[in-house]
Amino acid sequence: MTVTTPHETTVAGVPKSSGTRLADRVFKMRELAILVVFLVMIAVTEAGNSQFLSEQGIKDLLLNATILVLVATGQSLVVITRNVDLSVGSTLGITAFAAGTYLQGGGNPVLAIVFAILLGIGCGLVNGLLVSLGQVPALVVTLGTLYIIRGADSIWVGSRQITAADLPGGFVDFGSGGISAVPWLALIALAVLVVVAYYLKQFGSGRELYALGSNPEAARLAGIPVRKRILAAYTVCGGLAGLAGAMYLARFGNVDSSTGNGYELTVVSAVVVGGVVFTGGSGSVYGAALGALLLTSINSVLPALGVSSVWVLAINGVLLLLAIAVDRVVAVRVATALKKKSALRKGTAATSGPAASLPQQDNSPSDPSGAEKGNTHA
Amino acid sequence: MTHPSDTGTAPVLALEDVSKSFGAVRALRNVSLELYAGEVHALAGENGAGKSTLIKTLAGVHRPDAGRVLLAGEPVVFHGPGDARDAGIAVIYQEPTLFPDLSIAENIFMGRQPKRALGRIDHKATHAATLALMKRLGVELDPDRPASGLSIADQQIVEIAKALSFDARVLIMDEPTAALTGSEVARLFGVVRTLRDQGAAVLFISHRLEEIFQICRRVTTLRDGAWIASEPLDGMTEDDLVRRMVGRDLDELYPKQDVTPGDVALSVRRLTREGVFTDISFDVRRGEIVGLAGLVGAGRTEVARAVFGVDRWDAGEVEVDGKQLTSGAPSTAMAAGLALVPEDRRAQGLVMDMSIERNIGLTGLRTTVRAGLMDRGAERSRSLDWAVKLQVKYARIADTVSTLSGGNQQKVVLAKWLATGPRVLIVDEPTRGIDVGTKAEVHRLLSQLAADGVAVLMISSDLPEILGMADRVLVMHEGRLTAEIPRSEATEETVMAAATGRAAA
Repeated sequence: MTVTTPHETTVAGVPKSSGTRLADRVFKMRELAILVVFLVMIAVTEAGNSQFLSEQGIKDLLLNATILVLVATGQSLVVITRNVDLSVGSTLGITAFAAGTYLQGGGNPVLAIVFAILLGIGCGLVNGLLVSLGQVPALVVTLGTLYIIRGADSIWVGSRQITAADLPGGFVDFGSGGISAVPWLALIALAVLVVVAYYLKQFGSGRELYALGSNPEAARLAGIPVRKRILAAYTVCGGLAGLAGAMYLARFGNVDSSTGNGYELTVVSAVVVGGVVFTGGSGSVYGAALGALLLTSINSVLPALGVSSVWVLAINGVLLLLAIAVDRVVAVRVATALKKKSALRKGTAATSGPAASLPQQDNSPSDPSGAEKGNTHA
Repeated sequence: MTHPSDTGTAPVLALEDVSKSFGAVRALRNVSLELYAGEVHALAGENGAGKSTLIKTLAGVHRPDAGRVLLAGEPVVFHGPGDARDAGIAVIYQEPTLFPDLSIAENIFMGRQPKRALGRIDHKATHAATLALMKRLGVELDPDRPASGLSIADQQIVEIAKALSFDARVLIMDEPTAALTGSEVARLFGVVRTLRDQGAAVLFISHRLEEIFQICRRVTTLRDGAWIASEPLDGMTEDDLVRRMVGRDLDELYPKQDVTPGDVALSVRRLTREGVFTDISFDVRRGEIVGLAGLVGAGRTEVARAVFGVDRWDAGEVEVDGKQLTSGAPSTAMAAGLALVPEDRRAQGLVMDMSIERNIGLTGLRTTVRAGLMDRGAERSRSLDWAVKLQVKYARIADTVSTLSGGNQQKVVLAKWLATGPRVLIVDEPTRGIDVGTKAEVHRLLSQLAADGVAVLMISSDLPEILGMADRVLVMHEGRLTAEIPRSEATEETVMAAATGRAAA
């Protein structure tokens, strides 16, 4: 009665096909390219300034990247679903100040971090609800929440400021300490990164984020709970921005109402440079993290080479455009390669199609020429 | 072999007196349908008859306002596409709904991946299961290649594999053959027969009547949202079916009027675009309909685009009423009285999110202007005028074009260009994806235009249409004109011989 299931016929040990290798290569290549650019940049800098890769130098590179990596990881989840969260800078600012205020009053550092994350989750939930229920473009919605959160922050904070002196010593030490050259903060960011990457690859709901970014309409028709997934992506993104806020406080100890101003653009740049496609459905958090590492390292590289840091922004912009150009070229190349493969395959597939072997029992004139026709078309 | 409906078993899936309205539009009125295991059932009806709404009701996208959906005799309510899928109903939409960035295997198993411990995806099992599915379907597609770049035919195979993967008992195919070549249709039908023989119920929708007769056993006809008949196809003719769909005897499908051609209106001389087409020369006279035939990819559309100025040409001349056109300048072509109704109406012919009124008005932006500002009143009356002339069926002229059925969209594109009062009209595939009733109307319109002195160049892959409508047939093969055949000598054989390059020019 029913059509048999494929599970009965599962075959073990399937050989890897050429398509896998092609696809794998492209994705790995994208991340590898950033890594190579990064390593070359570091090598050149080290050659010009041997102090650059001292223990403290490495530590600074990692510390600088940490906060951006955290926020970029969350942002990637949202961008993969073909949305964007522009309010992450505001979220980072308000959570950092909230955690700081709590610590000023003699609070527990661990609770302060949890508190920042929860506040971030709250901001993410608002974004997620507005985007998923309102069916309004994310760019506009989160631009709105960017200003609302920043506005609330300004009203609440006023001209107040939190400095490292207001914070418990242990918290500040945690912000700058670590195991030799590897800061605690970087370890936290790495752990988050690995967990999120594993989730995206190994869990159904993670793959569904890619699916709904790749083709939202098809995702709906496939029965994927689109709104729930988008809401989840925004919530995690907000939570990570909150965590980053707490990390920011620990690292710099200095927070006021303008903290995180304009940060969202750096985050989006990192994500896009890292190969997460802005139109959704493609990219990885590892790429985004590498993008973040690359962008923040330029900040350290230029002074070390004696170049004025006024160049940083322009260079970031060039990197962004380069990344997009490379993506475009690679996409076109891959598409051509795949088309060629299809054309080659057609010649063989048409002759082995079921049309050729099945008994024709309709009242129709059968079409025995079907198989040969396939060859002339290929 | 007795038919399953005779044996008394309940239909796998049925609709009982289902009605569905969208605002004031009653898309379905008391429609019933019964699908039995092991049968291929056709759903026939003109564009806008309610076929899409019916499919979406079965697929759980729409919920009926009244009536019941029965699954194996039991009433069910689908709260979403997921529910229908879990009930074993698979829909293959006209435009395949794949995730281009994901692999074929992921596309097939999205949302239902085989799992390992802790709910993690078993990638290896997914891959193997996909290979097994491909083997069953008799096709060679690499499970790990991304879906982007697959041909429409292969995309449909992936959709079918998806249906197989969840034991679909019911397979609904919405115009699956619209974009397929002959051999691809044969392959698809082979797969459909296999599924049917394995006990699946298939609901098949196609505008190509011969396909319905080829593969289906029974047919349900809809007209204007109402159920007309469910009956065996045995003993029916195509004319019977058309009568059910249209509700009247169709006046002639090709109402060609006899005309005496006038002066040359469009003259193309040795037109060449490198690597695309070479040395194309022809004339179109006033009152004439000239058909441009050829296989897909022969360069017909490209010639039309160059003549109209969308693409540049490298050598040659184009004249309209003795006035030379410049390469790559559509505005001079329009000023000279040329109009092009493009092949892909959704992407090139219409602004889908704009109103009917404004779409028709687009070509008149220069004329409906007062003191440099748009005269909305003039635009509206001009648009209304043409919409009425072409009998476009719409609720309000301010509705977006996307709310119209395909046939009516095509009429809007025609209206948009006819409103410019063209002397030469180029139409590219004017009736693709349009139901028979509207098709006849479009033909009557073209014929009337020619009788009024317009020179018409009609590109079409529909051979009967070319033979039925054209005074002369030009045939292209691989970028060159291979034949010019007068109406009296044009037959399927002569045209196909030239189109496949077998005849001497």
